[in-house]
Amino acid sequence: MIKHRLRGELNRWHSLRLRTLVVMLLLCLDTGILKAQPSEFMEIAPGIYLRPGIQQNFASHNRGHIANIGFIVGKQAVAVIDTGSSYQEGLTLRRAIREITALPIQYVILTHMHPDHTLGAAAFDQDAPVYIGHAQLKDALIRRQTHYLDRLKEVLGSTTEGTRLVLPSAGVEVGRAVRLELGDRILELQAYPTAHTNNDLSVYDRNSGTLWLSDLLFVERIPVVDGSLLGWLGVIDYLDQSEAKRVVPGHGPVVTEWKASLADQRRYLDALLSGIRGIVRQNGTIEQAIEQVGQEEKDNWLLFDEYHGRNVTASFVELEWE
Amino acid sequence: MTTVSNLKHNKVVRKIVQISYLTFLFGSLMITTLSAAETDGRWHEIKTSLFGDRAIKDGEDVIGLETPYRALDAAVVPISIESKITQNQNNYIKSLYLVIDNNPSPIAAVFHFPGKHNWQSLSTRVRVNAYTDLRVIAEINDGNIYMVNNYVKASGGCSAPSLKDPAAAAAHLGKIKLKLPKASNLGDLLSTQLLIKHPNSSGLQFDQISRQYIPANFIRSIQVTFNDEVVFTADSDISISEDPSIHFGFSPEEEGILKVEVKDSTGRTFNHSVDLPNQEKG
Ligand SMILES: [Zn+2]
Repeated sequence: MIKHRLRGELNRWHSLRLRTLVVMLLLCLDTGILKAQPSEFMEIAPGIYLRPGIQQNFASHNRGHIANIGFIVGKQAVAVIDTGSSYQEGLTLRRAIREITALPIQYVILTHMHPDHTLGAAAFDQDAPVYIGHAQLKDALIRRQTHYLDRLKEVLGSTTEGTRLVLPSAGVEVGRAVRLELGDRILELQAYPTAHTNNDLSVYDRNSGTLWLSDLLFVERIPVVDGSLLGWLGVIDYLDQSEAKRVVPGHGPVVTEWKASLADQRRYLDALLSGIRGIVRQNGTIEQAIEQVGQEEKDNWLLFDEYHGRNVTASFVELEWE
Repeated sequence: MTTVSNLKHNKVVRKIVQISYLTFLFGSLMITTLSAAETDGRWHEIKTSLFGDRAIKDGEDVIGLETPYRALDAAVVPISIESKITQNQNNYIKSLYLVIDNNPSPIAAVFHFPGKHNWQSLSTRVRVNAYTDLRVIAEINDGNIYMVNNYVKASGGCSAPSLKDPAAAAAHLGKIKLKLPKASNLGDLLSTQLLIKHPNSSGLQFDQISRQYIPANFIRSIQVTFNDEVVFTADSDISISEDPSIHFGFSPEEEGILKVEVKDSTGRTFNHSVDLPNQEKG
């Protein structure tokens, strides 16, 4: 049994790489769809499983498997954290859970609105879980539903059949953390003021000291500003106080020296802030800012060319109102 | 001055703007991938409704249009229009139509100029929902119509043409800024930026999934005057980005007051003014 093999592994943790064994689930045999990319789930801490996203742009060759998604197993129940880009990715995740435990899937936590995190949720309808996210997640998803589903179809085509939007049935307010009890395991859900998006949520597992930050932290991959640059910098200040042992970013490897990753992210966002402020002060334009700001960060991030101009644009329209 | 034909014209445009908006609200006209034939069909429809069977000439010598090759942020796509003719009272751009074929509401804005002020460039920011042709059509005061168009690729991934933070947008609604060059002399062509804090949002239909209705809230018209004479007016719609920005140029020949009046779809009016050539008051 995979389960037993896993347990055995847990005692021999030295490095992340060793911890990473794990469940090379050949889940894809029955669907045929995912054959090219067997999904690899790693147990990053006892009972916390992660399927690392591929550090690429959303595309047909990676089937949209770009975000870190996973689940946490307690004594009585399972909580899913993010669901992938499509119904199919959600099903893959669900099968991975069932390889490991038969406990009920009681919660599906959606860390924020982005399609690579939310569009697999329908795969869990059969479990009748509580879908929970930031209090503003519902509104944000409704506003974007058509656009997200259209773009998914455009990139992945008919292989995403069955994908639909699932709206959260419970919301977490900023400043009012919510606890989920999984049986000898409590998860603390915290909602943030507008940062990466206006609906960011983190999950903290006290047992292992694991803080699942999702897209509040990008590691190696360029951060995407889809909420507020100033807000995000404020949230980074706050997160810097945390004493979590390890952090799960939304994209990129799990980090134990995570404050360094947080500092990298801050450095990039600070470069946006000071560069754009300078141009706004001289009545400059977005186009000038795209050309001039933050170019020194180019070699520090994956997918810089794909997202940097967008970050400048989004931040510019925020900062010109300061 | 508004002429009779101008009035009639405005009415027609407003009607189209309304129709396309209603289609967005209640229909399912969110087309992302359109075949070439469909796209042409869409433009044909828009063209007929705006200009009937009047001839539209190649505008390469009349207007320049700069758009990004790819929309980086679907909610904020900067576009820049240049007048290639030197405008004076005998020869000027009377109306300027900004059309985004494949947006739910394709007519983003129609600008009207009285021909009193020369201008060289006009820029704004639009939402781009899908791969689309983006067109600028200039109607000259002699009745000739010219068009230029660029193809814009949609942005990738998680970029959506939606409000980023509705709560923040509501909190600052109606603030207006006029940004002018720090120092200027009478007669200089002033590059001026008008910024309006407004969600400019389509609202949302009541639908099966959300069981939710968010009322439309967008800017319908903008009027800029200098000493009570029109610099330009614009009929606008939801394809203009949140917190609309318009860069325009004009040359004040005397001291005076530059005024902005903005009306939105919920019936609100917002005003702002600055004294020229002095700097903006606090
Ligand atoms: Zn995200």
